[in-house]
Amino acid sequence: MKDFFFLAFNNLKRRKLRSWLTILGIFIGIAAVVSLISLGQGLQSFIHEQFEQVGGNKILVSPKTMMGMAGSATEEELVLTEDDLKAIRSVTGVEGAEGIVTRNSIISYKKESEVVMVAGMSEEYVEIFGNIDALKIIEGRQLRDSDKSNIVVGYNHIFGNLWDRKLKIGDDLEIKGKEFEIVGVLKKQGNPADDNAVWMEKETFRDLFDVGDNEGTITVKVKEGFNPDKVAEEIKEELRDERNEEEEQETFSVQTFSQLLETFNDIFAVVQVVLIGIAAISLLVGGIGIMNTMYMAVLERTKEIGTMKAVGAKNSDVLLIFLFESGLLGLVGGAIGIALGIGIGKAVEYIATAQLGTPYLQAVFGFPLIIGALIFSFIVGCLSGILPALQAAKLKPAEALRYE
Amino acid sequence: MKEEIIKLDKVDKNYILGDSIVKAVRNASLTIRKGEFIAIVGPSGSGKSTLMNLIGALDLATKGRIFLEGKDIEHLEESELAVIRGNKIGFVFQTFNLIPTLTALENVTLPMVFQGFSKEERIERATELLKDVGLEERMKHLPGELSGGERQRVAIARALANNPDVILADEPTGNLDSKTGKHILEILKDLNKKGKTIIIVTHNLEMARKVDKIIKIKDGKIVK
Ligand SMILES: Nc1ncnc2c1ncn2[C@@H]1O[C@H](COP(=O)(O)OP(=O)(O)OP(=O)(O)O)[C@@H](O)[C@H]1O
Ligand SMILES: [Mg+2]
Repeated sequence: MKDFFFLAFNNLKRRKLRSWLTILGIFIGIAAVVSLISLGQGLQSFIHEQFEQVGGNKILVSPKTMMGMAGSATEEELVLTEDDLKAIRSVTGVEGAEGIVTRNSIISYKKESEVVMVAGMSEEYVEIFGNIDALKIIEGRQLRDSDKSNIVVGYNHIFGNLWDRKLKIGDDLEIKGKEFEIVGVLKKQGNPADDNAVWMEKETFRDLFDVGDNEGTITVKVKEGFNPDKVAEEIKEELRDERNEEEEQETFSVQTFSQLLETFNDIFAVVQVVLIGIAAISLLVGGIGIMNTMYMAVLERTKEIGTMKAVGAKNSDVLLIFLFESGLLGLVGGAIGIALGIGIGKAVEYIATAQLGTPYLQAVFGFPLIIGALIFSFIVGCLSGILPALQAAKLKPAEALRYE
Repeated sequence: MKEEIIKLDKVDKNYILGDSIVKAVRNASLTIRKGEFIAIVGPSGSGKSTLMNLIGALDLATKGRIFLEGKDIEHLEESELAVIRGNKIGFVFQTFNLIPTLTALENVTLPMVFQGFSKEERIERATELLKDVGLEERMKHLPGELSGGERQRVAIARALANNPDVILADEPTGNLDSKTGKHILEILKDLNKKGKTIIIVTHNLEMARKVDKIIKIKDGKIVK
């Protein structure tokens, strides 16, 4: 066995350039597979961590978007109001519920203007959900219900380049003709929508944007010991009654975080399949490259094959030598591909971290991934080599020896 | 009388080329005994190589039977034929047929690889064989770095690797100058003295005169 490996390796060395070109075809595919899987795993574990941190005990109630709705529903009806909030709070198993309303708006600092997301939030929201990352204050303080002309701003206002001059706590921003003083700044979230946002007290927001008792999106905290999915069902029923809506015709949606996670996982699985599919095609092309190289090798070495048979090689010996040869092409391609894949994964991780400022995207290289990729590339090589190797093995010794 | 080692009984070998049949060997019968030195002579295209291939189990007869040590090789499996080629017969070719990527030593060990000898055994025996043909200085050289005569000596060492009883040499001196060719023939004669059965295809009549028996072949038929 070992000797056959040596013979195979020897043959690859003699056609160095061709071997490397063949290997190139394989390692691109393997590099794609390895980097995609590692980044995918990294992203997935990050999202899971996030969900874990936010907690599985939360439910999100939001108006259904216009998309896919029958023409009957007007924008007006698609809003969640204070009555809806009260109804939700009345459901058993609900510990607390609060809405956040948002609008995109022009805000100005001195002569400069920007369009950002402005959000209205009550003190109670902070009390219920204050431990999540999105509400962490890194300087100044959080909003109170008495803050009628104060705001909390996203990271970019103070530490980023949103404005020509970096602002500081105590500076004033003008929103819809009214001056607001900055009292706090939130932790960096890594996406511009959140990091450019401005937060104000809910009632102040409602007056300013004239949205009545609109609650926007309502977040519900489920009491300890209650099943979030069951509570979500009950909220749905309660809201249907309260809003006089038929089942399956609701103008709102109730989602638990575990459902969101599932949705995410579903989407992720599809994306993964598509990406792996692309990688598989490139591997297929690489495999065909190996097959081609091996057919050429069989043709070139016909006389040698005859000689080997004349000195006692069985068909199976010849088969193994050629299979090892193609397997080695795959294996070396795999090893280089893995190295390259790790490089790509780390590079993407580095760029993503630099761009977003937070380690959202970590490339995860597990032992199983690396070993799996190595075995897989060896198998791809062997499979690609089967037909040429069979052809070599079947050669008749006398005829092979006559071959010029 | 020594024991029979090879026997051909009314052997035909036909090649089919498109819709014409080439009768390369016709109704050939012969007996070769252990320790004989045999020369096969005949014009080009007369079927000498074809006959050699049949004797060496490199090819199967179209008709008739071939016995090796009393065994009919017609009825053997491919893998059994391979074992015969590996163990009972050593081939020497006109074009040397060394594996260009392997050193002289590795080329000589190759037949032993297929018989499953350990690396130590192989290297020990191959070193010995290369010494016998005077190539101990060239063991680590690739075939491309050797002269024709040296290559053929490596090939002879390789043919002896598994200590076969029979050496088949198809025009072993055909690609060599006469002096080198003589040297190769000396080596073969020596081997014959040590008990090997040797069958050689040659055009060299001077050489052919020195052997035990000459088999003349013309148009695929053995004439004497
Ligand atoms: N594989 C084959 N297919 C078709 N015809 C063949 C094949 N092998 C040999 N022949 C034919 O059989 C005949 C005998 O060939 P062979 O090689 O045995 O001759 P030879 O006596 O060895 O000739 P030379 O002295 O030139 O080597 C030739 O006419 C040749 O063309
Ligand atoms: Mg010939």
